[in-house]
Amino acid sequence: MERILDVKDLHVSFHTYAGEVKAVRGVNFHVNRGEAVAIVGESGCGKSVTAQTLMKLIPMPPGEIKKGQILFNGDDIVKKSKKEMESIRGKDIGMIFQDPMTSLNPTMTIGSQITEGLIKHQNMSKAAARDRAIELLTMVGIPQPERRVEQYPHEFSGGMRQRAMIAIALACSPKLLIADEPTTALDVTIQAQILDLMKELQKKTGTSIILITHDLGVVAEMCDRVIVMYAGKVIETGTVDDIFYNPQHPYTKGLLRSVPRLDLNRDEPLTPIFGTPPDLLRPPVGCGFTARCESAMRVCQEIDPELNDISTTQRAACWLQHPLAQNRA
Amino acid sequence: MQNLTKEHFEPISVDLRQAEAIKRPSLSFWSDVWRRMRMNKVAMASMIFIVALIVCAIVVPWLTPQDYFTTDLAGKNKKPSAEHWFGTDDLGRDVFERIWYGARISLQVGLAAAFIDLIIGVIWGGLAGFYGGRVDEIMMRIADILFAIPYLLVVILLMVVLEPGVGTIIIALTITGWIGMARIVRGQILQLKNQEFVLAARSLGADANRLIFKHLIPNALGPIIVTLSLTVPSAIFAESFLSFIGLGVSAPIASWGTMSNEGLPAMKYYPWRLTFPAIFISMTILAFNLFGDGLRDAVDPRLRK
Amino acid sequence: MDKRDNLIEVRNLKKFFSIGDNTLKAVNDISFEIKRGETLGVVGESGCGKSTAGRTILRLYDATEGDVLFEGKSIMNLNQQEMKAMRRNMQMIFQDPYASLNPRMTVGDIIGEALDIHGLATGQKRKERIQELLSLVSLNPEHMNRFPHEFSGGQRQRIGIARALAVEPKFIVCDEPISALDVSVQAQVVNLLEQLQEKMGLTYMFIAHDLSMVKYISDRVAVMYLGKMVELAESDALYEKPLHPYTQALLSAIPIPDPEVERNRERIVLQGDVPSPMNPPSGCHFRTRCPKAMPECAASVPVWKEVEPGHFAACHLYN
Repeated sequence: MERILDVKDLHVSFHTYAGEVKAVRGVNFHVNRGEAVAIVGESGCGKSVTAQTLMKLIPMPPGEIKKGQILFNGDDIVKKSKKEMESIRGKDIGMIFQDPMTSLNPTMTIGSQITEGLIKHQNMSKAAARDRAIELLTMVGIPQPERRVEQYPHEFSGGMRQRAMIAIALACSPKLLIADEPTTALDVTIQAQILDLMKELQKKTGTSIILITHDLGVVAEMCDRVIVMYAGKVIETGTVDDIFYNPQHPYTKGLLRSVPRLDLNRDEPLTPIFGTPPDLLRPPVGCGFTARCESAMRVCQEIDPELNDISTTQRAACWLQHPLAQNRA
Repeated sequence: MQNLTKEHFEPISVDLRQAEAIKRPSLSFWSDVWRRMRMNKVAMASMIFIVALIVCAIVVPWLTPQDYFTTDLAGKNKKPSAEHWFGTDDLGRDVFERIWYGARISLQVGLAAAFIDLIIGVIWGGLAGFYGGRVDEIMMRIADILFAIPYLLVVILLMVVLEPGVGTIIIALTITGWIGMARIVRGQILQLKNQEFVLAARSLGADANRLIFKHLIPNALGPIIVTLSLTVPSAIFAESFLSFIGLGVSAPIASWGTMSNEGLPAMKYYPWRLTFPAIFISMTILAFNLFGDGLRDAVDPRLRK
Repeated sequence: MDKRDNLIEVRNLKKFFSIGDNTLKAVNDISFEIKRGETLGVVGESGCGKSTAGRTILRLYDATEGDVLFEGKSIMNLNQQEMKAMRRNMQMIFQDPYASLNPRMTVGDIIGEALDIHGLATGQKRKERIQELLSLVSLNPEHMNRFPHEFSGGQRQRIGIARALAVEPKFIVCDEPISALDVSVQAQVVNLLEQLQEKMGLTYMFIAHDLSMVKYISDRVAVMYLGKMVELAESDALYEKPLHPYTQALLSAIPIPDPEVERNRERIVLQGDVPSPMNPPSGCHFRTRCPKAMPECAASVPVWKEVEPGHFAACHLYN
């Protein structure tokens, strides 16, 4: 399969008054063409920072890419200049944010926000761009698109704004769409609409999607593969079936156990993960999950485990995978 | 990879308490403000200047042998020298001495006006914002009307009615000066009173007093202090300006404004008589403004560009 | 049903806000009871009035009409002094763990405030009580002199719970207490709430938009849409046999964390957005999005009716 994105050993830090916060600490993953990949994890695990770094949207300073490569179609994004990034953003990579209100420009009509990219990246004429904008609004299911192109974001409801955001992100048919918690701010019935829309559009356009979310239900519905992040590192990756039916890392297991399920009986107790994630100002020496892990061993405190192959599709970073620990797992 | 032994894979018990431990140093809001303030060199320099100014205004006239009103017609319009650091004026009075007396007047007016603005503004704006609705509308309309009266007119009227002097200037400045503060406080309170922590206090049974003084004002304190720090220089400037045009303090009291006024006609021959008070006015106002700006950035870092 | 068992009775409660010339009917004539020791879940999408209902029941807002009875006694006509005493019985836990704690107060003072207001403890006893409350919600008592911003979201939410517990209330309105938290932490807070309920015999009104968590924690669940209650039933009955088309759609919209189930699921996706509560549709408010809408839905407001024992719904399908 063709890799459209390949992230290698990415380190991102933020410099704060208290010192350097190592938000992303050596992340490796890839995205294949036409695939939907989820990045899941708790807040502060580095999933949003990773996504924003892919677009170089983190403020620098205080942010800094310390190390690593982000190969998009073989080109290293880390080395791109501001100018080059501008032509990648919107054209090759589209992005959808959690809160459409803050990511839409309130003083521009929805139409001109869609056509902006088309005119800039694809040298379309104004009239052609407008026709394409109407087409896009129709595609994302906005009724009366001819009237809607002339309207401003505040005239749209929350769900409609997110649809408009998707239309803007897809305007130049990007090869990769990064969706950062795209439905978190929406009501469930609207979330269902947006997820349906994203699935349908992906089928139609063949765009790869990186979906950042904390909602495992959304992952199960939308994605092919899952990347689980914890404390700035990838601790497990695999297909959705691997992750949901055969999780290997205690954190992944814990995450799945802590979510209530609508289709199961309520007598089953929820098992929370105790404690809080480590402060990345002073990341622990060993595995970041040790302090919260029920199966912690001496080695976990001392050496950080690396990602090891479980199967051809699944990898996990946990000492329980080590031969010497097998009798315990 | 180093050699791993069986011992490495012994289970360890996890102390969940430790997973909850807070590692960062404790930092209260005001110590955080102070931390950001210290990083701002301009604001810190301004603060040092202001402190020095206040100390000198108190100490200098008290330490030096001269006073501000003794005339010496034989030694008038003297150049700055070892005896008279800033020279003398047309009545032979020591300019250095008069500058520090002037500083006292300026600081008195600035600090008193700011303090009175603070009291009236916080109470007025606080009540309007807290009770809202009708009360708010009436109180803010009154403020708007007062604000619409040209302040120079108020000053001239007051000078006619009252004795000219420091007290009158303070009254003249505060009669409309508190409105800015009231507006800031009202805006803050309106914004804060619907926050969940205020609702929480109400659901615990907190009365208006507790809500205002424990929950609302402390959270509005940042903008209040910033407004306060910017009121001081505008009051100092207003006093100098009024004294300069002859509406302020009267002779023989030294004010930077009257000194500039007297120094102006002699600018060509005895420039020090104008230069020194003018420098002090500018430096003081600049220092207060820069300090206020720094304070604003420190209190609310989001405002910084 | 034994009437004495009802800790809270809500009778025809209405709360309208006037915005300019318009009236926002945030809560429009709802009635229900909460039994002693039970958890009543209230779900609905934003703008359905669930939070306003919770706040009006606690008299944080003045009701436009209707009555709320606590242990059979109306709280709507209590004077200030009586209301202050009543507040010891009923408390609230808020949604936003960042906005619900005063950033200028230490955690000890935040929790101690209830003790100060009601004169429950001073000096050393106050300190001991605060530390006891912190331990109760599994926080380190040594952290009482720290400020809220030093804690994580889940820890802050536990501070909010400790504050509510300080007055030893009987009834707590939990206003979306977990929706701002991480999944792994949500279970911590929900488990804590359940433990406390068992230990102290608390009664909860649990407001949320996450139906799976509501199902998990609630004995009975009420569904609201645009200021009206559309369905109320025992938790299991509501999930197994939802009567109202809105409830059916709401349940169907929730993604289930199981890829196999998701692949084989047919879901009801509602069309369009929630109409503005300023100007709701005539008759049944849900008819504009309802897949089963009939002509009479526009004509008349459906009656609130016990369709099956203990299972209420307001829908023309069951009239």
